[in-house]
Amino acid sequence: MSTPNASGWKPGTPAKDDHGMDGPPTVTGNRALMLEEPLIFEIGTSQTTGVDLPDVPSSTSSRLGSFTRADEIGLPGLSEPEAIRHYTRLSRQNYAIDLGLFPLGSCTMKHNPRLNEKVARMPGFADVHPLQPVDTVRGALEVINELAVWLIGLTGMDGVAMSPKAGAHGELCGILCIRAALEARGDAREVILVPESAHGTNPATAAFAGYRVENIPATGEGRVDLEALKSRLGPDVAAVMITNPNTCGLFERDMKAISDAVHAAGAFVYCDGANFNAIVGKVRPGDLGVDAMHINLHKTFSTPHGGGGPGSGPVVLSEALCPYGPLPFTARTKDGVVHLVEEENAEAFDHKHAFGRMTAFHGQMGMFTRALAYILSHGADGLKQVAEDAVLNANYVLRSCDDLLEAPFGPSGPCMHEALFSDAGFAEDTTTLDLAKALIDEGYHPMTMYFPLVVHGAMLVEPTETESKASLDRFIMALRSTAERAKAGDPTLKTAPHYAPRRRLDETQAARKPVLAFDGPCAPAGTPQLSEQGGS
Amino acid sequence: MRYLPLTDADRSAMLAKIGAPNIDALFVDVPEEARLSGPIEGLPLHASEMAVEKHMRQLSKKNLAAADAAFFLGAGAYRHHVPASVDHIIQRGEFLTAYTPYQPEIAQGTLQMLFEFQSQVARLYGCAVANASMYDGSTACWEAVAMAARVTKKKRVVLSGALHPHYAEVVRTMAKFTEDEIAGALPALQSTPDNAGLIARIDDQTSCVVVQYPDILGRIPDLGEIAEAAHAKGALLIAVNTEPVALGAIKSPGELGADIVVGEGQSIGVGLQFGGPYLGLFAVRDPKHVRQMPGRLCGETVDAEGRRGFVLTLSTREQHIRREKATSNICTNSGLCALAFSVHMTLLGEQGLRQLAAENHRLACLAADRLSAIPGVELLNESFFNEFTIMIGRDAREVVKKLTEQNVLAGVSLGRLYPAHDALHEGLVVAVTETTSEDDIDTLVAALKGELA
Repeated sequence: MSTPNASGWKPGTPAKDDHGMDGPPTVTGNRALMLEEPLIFEIGTSQTTGVDLPDVPSSTSSRLGSFTRADEIGLPGLSEPEAIRHYTRLSRQNYAIDLGLFPLGSCTMKHNPRLNEKVARMPGFADVHPLQPVDTVRGALEVINELAVWLIGLTGMDGVAMSPKAGAHGELCGILCIRAALEARGDAREVILVPESAHGTNPATAAFAGYRVENIPATGEGRVDLEALKSRLGPDVAAVMITNPNTCGLFERDMKAISDAVHAAGAFVYCDGANFNAIVGKVRPGDLGVDAMHINLHKTFSTPHGGGGPGSGPVVLSEALCPYGPLPFTARTKDGVVHLVEEENAEAFDHKHAFGRMTAFHGQMGMFTRALAYILSHGADGLKQVAEDAVLNANYVLRSCDDLLEAPFGPSGPCMHEALFSDAGFAEDTTTLDLAKALIDEGYHPMTMYFPLVVHGAMLVEPTETESKASLDRFIMALRSTAERAKAGDPTLKTAPHYAPRRRLDETQAARKPVLAFDGPCAPAGTPQLSEQGGS
Repeated sequence: MRYLPLTDADRSAMLAKIGAPNIDALFVDVPEEARLSGPIEGLPLHASEMAVEKHMRQLSKKNLAAADAAFFLGAGAYRHHVPASVDHIIQRGEFLTAYTPYQPEIAQGTLQMLFEFQSQVARLYGCAVANASMYDGSTACWEAVAMAARVTKKKRVVLSGALHPHYAEVVRTMAKFTEDEIAGALPALQSTPDNAGLIARIDDQTSCVVVQYPDILGRIPDLGEIAEAAHAKGALLIAVNTEPVALGAIKSPGELGADIVVGEGQSIGVGLQFGGPYLGLFAVRDPKHVRQMPGRLCGETVDAEGRRGFVLTLSTREQHIRREKATSNICTNSGLCALAFSVHMTLLGEQGLRQLAAENHRLACLAADRLSAIPGVELLNESFFNEFTIMIGRDAREVVKKLTEQNVLAGVSLGRLYPAHDALHEGLVVAVTETTSEDDIDTLVAALKGELA
């Protein structure tokens, strides 16, 4: 047998006994179902393949010019059984909604219905090319249009740009619509106002679109300070970006007054719709004077987060901004036919002021089919129930823990879809991070930490509407117990997590000496899978 | 409602615990005049799983699936066979329903996969470092242009005329707002890319030159020559690749001197899906440019017990830390598509990718030969990989429409891509992959011959 560990890969060092696991170390580094897994480069060889493809004779004439790739690329291959095992083993090192409550505030980690996956894979959606003749894709265009009609109806707006690829892309789309509208009236404005509590994407988007960002102060109640905002508005302000419900989990009560003041100053209102889940079916942003709002289909409408995307970020627009929305989009004519409006026919559809194009093709079709299936399943009545249950669940967590954890805005009234706590009262040296890592040991993904920035040691808990009361009760028990340990200064919090596939990771080393790609050859031919072999 | 587990008894008990008389008491901050009392009028009420599935199936059946036609479309999206195990893996709940890996101790599955993905992409592109994905090829292309401006502190962008027109349009749209100056052109209908014309447009103010490889007409440009010219003027070369399978047969852009290599990864693992979600690939040849890159990066480190592990790193470039000073506003990217790409690439391996590329090229050569034998049809390309342009002497849009009636999706007409430019309208871009059978090719040849006769 050839050297089994030529690449130098070492199985994980067996964890020590300092967290109550007695028993001898294992030679593999595995602990029963907790399995160590090498990199594909350490087990795959460049001669192995998991697909059956024909051998094309090298004598076949080539039209590649002088660009034939001669050198080895260095891509490892695995046979199908090895590949399935590699990725299945990796998957077991992930937390996921399918495993338990995932209370990441602002991220809306709700159940992802499997019907949506089935629908997205129907050949008429999955196996169509974006540039097929329009007559061969009318059903796909109808899906886009039907979803657009829902989004317009649920938000009370006038139009929607469907093509943005994710929330931040949608923000950019909305801000570009605003800039186009201002430019159309010859109004050069330079500033966008953003609350301190905003998602980082808001100021990043405004800066990317060429604006200077200024902060809006908040009141002691965690809401936009209307008077301060009014006094800052002026002819240099292009737009105000507001998240509603905001990142403290509160509804901006003065939204209508904010919008009126902003409009009176000749500016536009951008609403970050990341938290639309709390109000869908309960209130329409269009009724509050919003000019543009992106909707994260991967939040409110349950398309899977997928470990970091893909998302989808359609932007609903007010009448004033609709003329500037980007291409392409769909339009249903009186005869019921849904058309694709692109550069070619924009003028025929009276849309010659489009600010341009955000992306190749038509947007996240695979997310549209999933979101539409979700929306149709709930209907207008079910979506209202979604918002109510999401808000009920968050308030239940808030009022079940606010005697123990400080809820900075708790005394002023109910929260919306997420409950915000601070680290006030924790023992010295014990931090929000420590509490979060201890929750991992209890079998939970931690809440959003240190966000919003306006609350010290913030913990933002969003249970979502797809948790049962029993599930919430178990989580509350775990959270309360962990909070008590944090207040008592339990030293084992500092070393948590103890039972996860990895202990705390050294992020400083990762940033100081970045290793961002595997640097070495593929495994040599004949390498047995180390995970099968154990250590050398 | 099947997705909502609370019962009415639960709701009452919870309201009692909260101390609220009813659910509306929790919405007290929403102004009463704006609060909706019942379900929004004019929108349908809830529906069963069976009913929704039926509705969606009916919509789906109004589309012609590629598998049900002789299919030759490319131009930035390609139909390849995706092994069943790819779809199985991406539907594992631990991948599908996970979040961005902010808590690395319980996200090693996603993180290790991203590290492997970054390594695969870097090798394929001939680069030092690839990021953990962008939305798609077109937005990755714009991000590369924006990065070049940061690196070179210059704002004049030279676009090759043979860059995908949607990509060029995205760059033009964004540049309007960042005040980058865009010098574009139309593709020259000639057998080889117009390198001399492109090089002549590079000057001292140029931040970057953007070249598609292979280009929108399927030709393979000599990147080395362009890289040299760009570097001589202090500009970066951005290479755009829309067909990663090609890189199993032709030299990598990094090897030829491209500084930033971006592209569309959809061909490997992702599927057509009417244009999205797709997978933006982004890599840099020189590691010193890493800190100017947009998007997430996964890096290797150790845990408190010294075991290897992975984390998201160098996040001081990103919006959640740097806010208005971030390198990009991107947050959610295309994680699950990156997984699909990585699984498919692992199944292929070096050998499989090379075989796949060779088979694509073999069939494309066959199709090019048979099509150019039709009277009135001329092959434009001197070089190509799996996609080429034929000139057919008539407006190709009409011909494509006619052939659709015979269940032949003949390709992408240049009129569809460049509607405002009549001079290009006789061009048809034809893509051929391993999913194309020789029978399909013969069907296209016969149909086109009949139509042009």
